[in-house]
Amino acid sequence: MSVFWSVFKRDWLLAFRQNAEFLQPVLFCLLVVTMFPLGIGPSPQTLQKVGPGIIWVAALLSSLLALEKLFKQDFLDGSLEQLVLTPASLPMLAIAKVLVHWLVSSLPLLLLSPLLALFLNLTWDMYWALLLTLLIGTPLMSLIGAIAVALTAGLNKGGTLLGLLLLPVYIPLLIFATSAVESASLNIPFVGQLAIIGAMLLFAIALTPFAVAYAIKVSQN
Amino acid sequence: MLVIAGPNGAGKTSLLRILAGLSSPEAGEIHWGTKAIDDDESDYKSALIYIGHKLGFSINLTALENLRFWMQQREQPVNDDVIIDVLDDLALVGMEDVLVRQMSAGQQRRVALARLWLTPAKIWILDEPLTALDKFGIKLLQARMLAHIKRGGMIISTSHQQFAEDIPVRVLELEPS
Amino acid sequence: MWKWLHPYAKTEETYALCGRLYPWLLWPAIVLSVVGTLWGLAFAPTDYQQGDSFRIIYIHVPGAMLSMGVYAGMAILGFIGLVWQIRTCYMAIAALAPVGAVMTFIALFTGAVWGKPMWGTWWVWDARLTSELILLFLYLGVIALYGAFDDKIQAGKAVAVMSLVGVINLPIIHYSVYWWNTLHQGATISKFDNPSISSDMLWPLLLNILGFGLLIGALACRRLQNEILTREMRRPWVQTLLLGEGAK
Repeated sequence: MSVFWSVFKRDWLLAFRQNAEFLQPVLFCLLVVTMFPLGIGPSPQTLQKVGPGIIWVAALLSSLLALEKLFKQDFLDGSLEQLVLTPASLPMLAIAKVLVHWLVSSLPLLLLSPLLALFLNLTWDMYWALLLTLLIGTPLMSLIGAIAVALTAGLNKGGTLLGLLLLPVYIPLLIFATSAVESASLNIPFVGQLAIIGAMLLFAIALTPFAVAYAIKVSQN
Repeated sequence: MLVIAGPNGAGKTSLLRILAGLSSPEAGEIHWGTKAIDDDESDYKSALIYIGHKLGFSINLTALENLRFWMQQREQPVNDDVIIDVLDDLALVGMEDVLVRQMSAGQQRRVALARLWLTPAKIWILDEPLTALDKFGIKLLQARMLAHIKRGGMIISTSHQQFAEDIPVRVLELEPS
Repeated sequence: MWKWLHPYAKTEETYALCGRLYPWLLWPAIVLSVVGTLWGLAFAPTDYQQGDSFRIIYIHVPGAMLSMGVYAGMAILGFIGLVWQIRTCYMAIAALAPVGAVMTFIALFTGAVWGKPMWGTWWVWDARLTSELILLFLYLGVIALYGAFDDKIQAGKAVAVMSLVGVINLPIIHYSVYWWNTLHQGATISKFDNPSISSDMLWPLLLNILGFGLLIGALACRRLQNEILTREMRRPWVQTLLLGEGAK
């Protein structure tokens, strides 16, 4: 476990050493959301109707941008190969890295979400649902995304390929999350959708560490 | 000590990476003692230090931080004074709190090699260990390698440069494919 | 139990096996799909609701079924490849992926063509069409991933991992899209409302499904042979093989 915390602390320190670069994807998300009222008109009803979808799509896109950096630097400077060579269990260390990544890239998004909700005229109930779906949905994105990111860590072309690989896989999350917010807007309970996302998250927590560890090894081949 | 020789592109680095367990061989197995390394990975990995072309360090951390994290990851007891002493021996006096990216190539290389002073490991796999080192650095490293071998350690290395004569060397010559 | 698999870890054996299987797959495939298609398009009775436009199911349904089947096949190959470290499995995935993508495209295209008379538009966000579209994206992702690597063994492993991730996700995608569709239900007619299809309509469909399946098998064999040859161009057995063929 001490090894887990060591990796955690190292990545945490590194995130803050790089001039808060980790905030860029969140700003990107904010910008994408700002584009929509400008593109489709500022009518509050329209914005409220399409808002949950816009916020979630923007969150997916910005998380792709953020994920790209998850293993890249470590791959380039060789830290990743040293990590593979440590005697400790690699799945656990991979999770430490994903956890830090989630904390520095998705948590700011959660903190920013009230502003997004305000921009798109979401009601209080809708915002509450949105926050909950982001809270359990974003770790799911990070975990699944980490597999593809680790696989492509050694490639020079990252970005678009990552989108092509991951966006289809994220579709169920998008569907359940936005429908939860929509249910909230109609005052229908949305526990069901949350439960499904939660189940997917638990499933991912159980399986993805091994897949990510394997993918990291493949990237070293 | 085993030196792997051969022209560029003969597969020296690939062979070292396979021996270190980073790449998987197309055919065959690597054994450590009586066991294949895939069967007991952590046993082999704790006996191994691999230093490749890449530093294996983050350039946005200081030398001390990098080495500290590296030792923690190998579940070694960490003592900052010991690390600083080793860095001093490697002519990096007062450099422990400098970010690795602000160092020269030779200094960065020395930080990477400081691993060999810090943790006991039976087998060292070193890919071109002498690159970017000055004469003094090479001398230090050679002394360290000699001491390691005298204690019964093993070194597998590639190098275009000659090692000192008092290190007993076997050479494996790879032919270009 | 799995002993019989081991010889096929060698590319040479697999190459020979594919060569032997190819004619046995190709000819029945051609006969079955020609008979099935002709029967379906020309001789099967007309549907009382949809008229003649229903006949496109003889292409659409085999395409849709096999597009899912091929993806499942890729995932199974990926699993075998990863567990038993068999390289030919990775090559087989690379060989299958474009074939599967074409099947998916056929299903989508015929679905759109069918949609025009049924719904009056080429595209609606019908659950079935939407999942096929997502499946197409999954295929394209796999193909792009395989192409992105220079080291094809690494590429094979990456593709195997991604197709496993995809196949775990596929039922979830399928289910979620259906659910999404009922949630936003407009007045679309489900295309498969009539569950009891009469047997003289069914037979040509079955022939076509089987025919398309065999055709995929044949194409996959040929593509796998091709993949093996390009990958192992430098190996002596390929050299002798190519020289032998050239002399003929």
